Amino acid sequence: MKPGFLSKNPSVLTFILILAVFTLGVTFLSEAYGSGVISTSMVKTLGKTLCLCLIAIAMDLIWGYTGILSLGHFAFFGLGGYMVGMWLMYARTREIVLSSAGGVLPMTPQELQDAIATQIFGVVGASELPAVWSLAGSLPAQLALVVLVPGILAFVFGWLAFKSRVTGVYLSILTQAMTLALSLYLFQNDSGLRGNNGLSGLQNIPGLDAVGQDALSVWFLWVSALALGLGYLVAAFIVSGKFGSVIRGIRDDEARVRFLGYSVEGYKLFVFTLTAVIAAIAGALYYPQAGIINPAEMAPIASIYLAVWVAIGGRGRLYGAVVGAAFVSLVSTWFTGGRAPDLNLGFYTVKWVDWWSVLLGLSFVLVTLFAPKGLAGLVDLFQGLRPPKRGGTPMGPSDGSLREQEAVE
Amino acid sequence: MSQLLEVSGISVTFDGFRAINNLSFSIAEAELRAVIGPNGAGKTTFMDIVTGKTRPNEGRVLWGERSVNLLRMNEAQIARAGIGRKFQRPTVFEDQSVAENLMMALKANRSPWKVLFWRAAALDHARVEALATEVGLGDQLERKSGELSHGQKQWLEIGMLLAQEPRLLLVDEPAAGMTLAEREQTTALLVELAKTRAVVVVEHDMEFVRRLNCKVTVLHEGSVLAEGSLDHVTANPQVIEVYLGR
Amino acid sequence: MRTTLLALTASLCLALPTFAQDSAPQTPVPVETVEAPALTGLAAVLAENADQIAKPSRQTIGPVIAAIGAAGPGAPAFLEAWADKRVGQRADGAFFLIEKTKDGYALTDPATGADAGTAPKSEISELKPNSGVRGLIASALVEFQLNDPDPAKRRAALDSLARDGGAEHIEPLRAAIDNETDPAIRAQKERLEGLLTIRYGISTERRVAAIEGFGSDLGLDLRGAINPLLVTTRKAFKGAPEGNIAEELRPGRHINEEEAYAILVAEGLAPARLTRAALRAALEANVENGAVAGIPVAELDDPARRDAAYTALEQAGKVPAGATDDEVTAAVAAHRYADLYAEPDAAVTTAAREAMKGIEMKVGVMQAADLGLDALSLASIYFLAAIGLAITFGVMGVINMAHGEFITMGAYTGYVVQLYISDYTTSILVALPLAFAVTFLAGVTMERLVIRHLYKRPLETLLATFGISIALQQIFKNIFGTQARPLTAPSWLDGAWVLNDVVSISYIRIAIFVLALVFLGIFLFVMKRTRLGLEVRAVTQNPSMAASMGINPDKINMLTFGLGSGIAGIAGVAIGLFAKVTSELGSDYIVQSFMTVVVGGVGNIWGTLAGATLIGTLQKGIEWLNPSNTLAAQTYMILFIIVFIQFRPRGIIALKGRAAGD
Repeated sequence: MKPGFLSKNPSVLTFILILAVFTLGVTFLSEAYGSGVISTSMVKTLGKTLCLCLIAIAMDLIWGYTGILSLGHFAFFGLGGYMVGMWLMYARTREIVLSSAGGVLPMTPQELQDAIATQIFGVVGASELPAVWSLAGSLPAQLALVVLVPGILAFVFGWLAFKSRVTGVYLSILTQAMTLALSLYLFQNDSGLRGNNGLSGLQNIPGLDAVGQDALSVWFLWVSALALGLGYLVAAFIVSGKFGSVIRGIRDDEARVRFLGYSVEGYKLFVFTLTAVIAAIAGALYYPQAGIINPAEMAPIASIYLAVWVAIGGRGRLYGAVVGAAFVSLVSTWFTGGRAPDLNLGFYTVKWVDWWSVLLGLSFVLVTLFAPKGLAGLVDLFQGLRPPKRGGTPMGPSDGSLREQEAVE
Repeated sequence: MSQLLEVSGISVTFDGFRAINNLSFSIAEAELRAVIGPNGAGKTTFMDIVTGKTRPNEGRVLWGERSVNLLRMNEAQIARAGIGRKFQRPTVFEDQSVAENLMMALKANRSPWKVLFWRAAALDHARVEALATEVGLGDQLERKSGELSHGQKQWLEIGMLLAQEPRLLLVDEPAAGMTLAEREQTTALLVELAKTRAVVVVEHDMEFVRRLNCKVTVLHEGSVLAEGSLDHVTANPQVIEVYLGR
Repeated sequence: MRTTLLALTASLCLALPTFAQDSAPQTPVPVETVEAPALTGLAAVLAENADQIAKPSRQTIGPVIAAIGAAGPGAPAFLEAWADKRVGQRADGAFFLIEKTKDGYALTDPATGADAGTAPKSEISELKPNSGVRGLIASALVEFQLNDPDPAKRRAALDSLARDGGAEHIEPLRAAIDNETDPAIRAQKERLEGLLTIRYGISTERRVAAIEGFGSDLGLDLRGAINPLLVTTRKAFKGAPEGNIAEELRPGRHINEEEAYAILVAEGLAPARLTRAALRAALEANVENGAVAGIPVAELDDPARRDAAYTALEQAGKVPAGATDDEVTAAVAAHRYADLYAEPDAAVTTAAREAMKGIEMKVGVMQAADLGLDALSLASIYFLAAIGLAITFGVMGVINMAHGEFITMGAYTGYVVQLYISDYTTSILVALPLAFAVTFLAGVTMERLVIRHLYKRPLETLLATFGISIALQQIFKNIFGTQARPLTAPSWLDGAWVLNDVVSISYIRIAIFVLALVFLGIFLFVMKRTRLGLEVRAVTQNPSMAASMGINPDKINMLTFGLGSGIAGIAGVAIGLFAKVTSELGSDYIVQSFMTVVVGGVGNIWGTLAGATLIGTLQKGIEWLNPSNTLAAQTYMILFIIVFIQFRPRGIIALKGRAAGD
């Protein structure tokens, strides 16, 4: 990387540093490698949060920087999870079948496959391995699919949508429809992915039975942190150069960029596909830690929550997205996990399990109205940054363009 | 003289209203041309058609030595072919610095992949600085363009156009909202530019057009009413009627 | 033939007393009265056939039963009692209807129905006809029931015949047609006669005529009668197929080798194929010293090696022979296969097949009509759900993600109203305006507090209203719980409008359709004929111009938003009448509503109508193509819409305008 890159992006170094300290800290406090202050389930939660931060970066790239409010990125996240989950489940079931095989004769490949299929698909009343599982036995192939399936889906969808110049709210609704279609498809039993049962037992990594969950959780934390760090670097690289200028230009004034000779559709497609792939990778790391994936995870609402995180964190800034995702998802876990103390108002006791969604929804409205910069705005207060004074108009005519209060760097 | 841009017989209808009616127009290389006309004469629509924003219902738009059909190209392709456009309202990317604005406009490969790995060389920095100086923003390079004054934004946009190095410049009412001194500066710049490329100026202001001292095309109700020197067209009774007779 | 004649005679005799009763009270005029005035009617017949009645035999009792049946008053009761074993013969040979008492029997005279005193046990021998005789009695009874003066009884008899009529009922039924006076029952009788003839008739011509007589009638009962005639079974033949052949099946063309061989195996014409499991079991049973027939067990994970091992065992005679592939091929080639009708009469099956073809065609047309009705009703639901959204999104450019929650709010309003007003009709009439008021207020509040600050920022409006949507949904959950709440329609909306066995539509859906039409009308009236509509249109087209002409755009926006939300509330009440009222009611419809608006074209009520029609039709159409899977239907519908948007990014109606410009 050129010397100019880091000096132009001071946040990158800070971010990598904080991430490294965090990861090391968690490791030394974990049950497997340290004092055990942080429970294994907490380590898993933190590891999952890192994956959510990664997809939030993808969301920030596509929404905060390019101005496309995609309500479909959680679908790519889920697809990535499904792709890696297929291998995990297949390989794991294969181990189980082999170890528990009765009978005198060794199994033929056909018998083995049938046994695996019965194990996996008995729950949806099928006993044949669907065609989509034909590569499930091979880890490299499924890892390639993690990138390829969401990537190609995003490319085809994006190509269709951008080519016909669907923009703004229409595009958002279209991406939402795509997500809904995908999750409804996966809900069917004959989609070949176990319908609403989803894939389960993903936390058991085949071949690593000897390694306990406590150690595995730390390993996954490390891999997630690495992916997040790399993702942050890639995103910072993309937005720092002329490419960043162009996509921000597209966000603020699409037509003007076109008249400068840039093919706006190509750039949108590039960012859309790239962020879909990042989201898929995040998902592929997330679900082995979560242990289970089902189509409900991919419902349109999940993608909207993603937008909520980025908005609360502060869009148009990479660290904003990360902070938003980490903050909201952790606080949400705390509130919905029943650990938050009830609030006694005298006439009514507020149980946070019931009221957290209300609080989140309303605070989201408040952030949109009064703090468009989100949590990252606090950083500006600290640094004393001032936005340009321009008399209150948006930065450009396009739907996604920044508002005056948001524009700062 | 070979024509750089040749527009022939174009018509366009919006919901039954004929904005452009069988319009023909051509401009040679290194020519300065002013297009005038009352409101609704089709000046902006004409520019929209040339830059690919609007598709005409009929007619041809041919470009360059090889007579490329512009109607088959989209906005970005037309811009890359060498047609630059300046809008009536200054449109610059206000969230970005003057240098970034200029850098984005600088002539270079526009494909996403190339742009992603493109990093400014010393030569590019020098070019940006030179352009900024040329449009009087030499000391404002790192400022956000959103903070510039209206006139400065106009100049920045002109600078961006220059950075694109177009062969044909379409300028929509450049003098609007400028001070007298800025107008003179603009006139000089346009005349200077027209020495190396074709420039089409759409303008209301007769004084401004007079200062440009060039061939004038008068549009009315979507077609050409008169063409020639300013004195020639202002003597045309039809033109007088259109401008004053109502 | 004999039974037919007898039955005819019987029914002819029967006709007389029936008519007699209808015209005037008079004594019956039985045939034999002249000779024995002491014993008339039933009594005479009973006395005449006493021996037969006392010891009936299935072969000979027929004429006797017919005679009893023709014997006038008391005959039905007597037959009924006889079949029920409630008839006894006194020692003197007279028959009585008997009823057991403490120490003997209470007697009733069968002919007059008068009390005939009692008798000790020893004097009476109970008649116990066997089941064959009872069957004959029962069918004779049917005649009576079919000719009973009480129409209700006649209908009941027909209904029971429709359920389990048999061949023996055809004649009595035919006989009962002519003297039927009630036209409806007569039609019913004729229909049943036809159906029974189709199923159990003896003469080919009559059956074919019956089948053809129905034409392409749509009744389920007709299909129920014809279908059994067309049931086929697969058979294999050494030579040419015999029997009533539906279709000859050629292996490779109509059936594959597997299926053909399966037929052979099922008929015992060939040995079963060796399955993988059987192969494995056979091998496992023959493991010796870690090898099977000399092949080490470790190598037996290869199917080819397993086959080799089995062949070796087969040759050693340790396992039975299993059919190998070429044996199967040869066996299949050596036979011919056909689908045979269970019904032997070819003329009947041909007629049945033709009739079925016609019926299926007509059923198809009717199903299409039914589908059309379904689609129309779904379209009106989507229209209702989307119209409010179309106003806020189309007219104001504001996307309201909380629209679904407004629909839910309307439904819950209806539920709360029903808690206080128990009369369903009144409660719905109160709920509709109240739901409008509640959601109108909610909409106006939201517009004032949130949306007003976000005009021209559609993406942010989308997100902010989404925040409101999650908050509202959770609040509903906290207040009303997660289980479904009842919102009951008035009873006059229960049931369905049934056109025939195929086409029907429930009244609720008709009501919703009407409601949708009413809203279309109201909307058009408000927009085109009122000051408010004029101002709304002005603000839509050019807010600043409208403002300069003295219109307050703030107020107009507020009212428009309130109107859109209010309509959502009413839609909520309507939807709640047939869907489950839960906190997720609205979100189930929200995506479809968005689709409706987007597909239809923004800012035009006709566009919304077209969009709703398209989406409703599409969804029903896809469901029809793939009825087992409504999830798939939704998936494909959304995919279609995504593709549709590619080609018509501005929706259906906008397309028209542009096409007109070309």
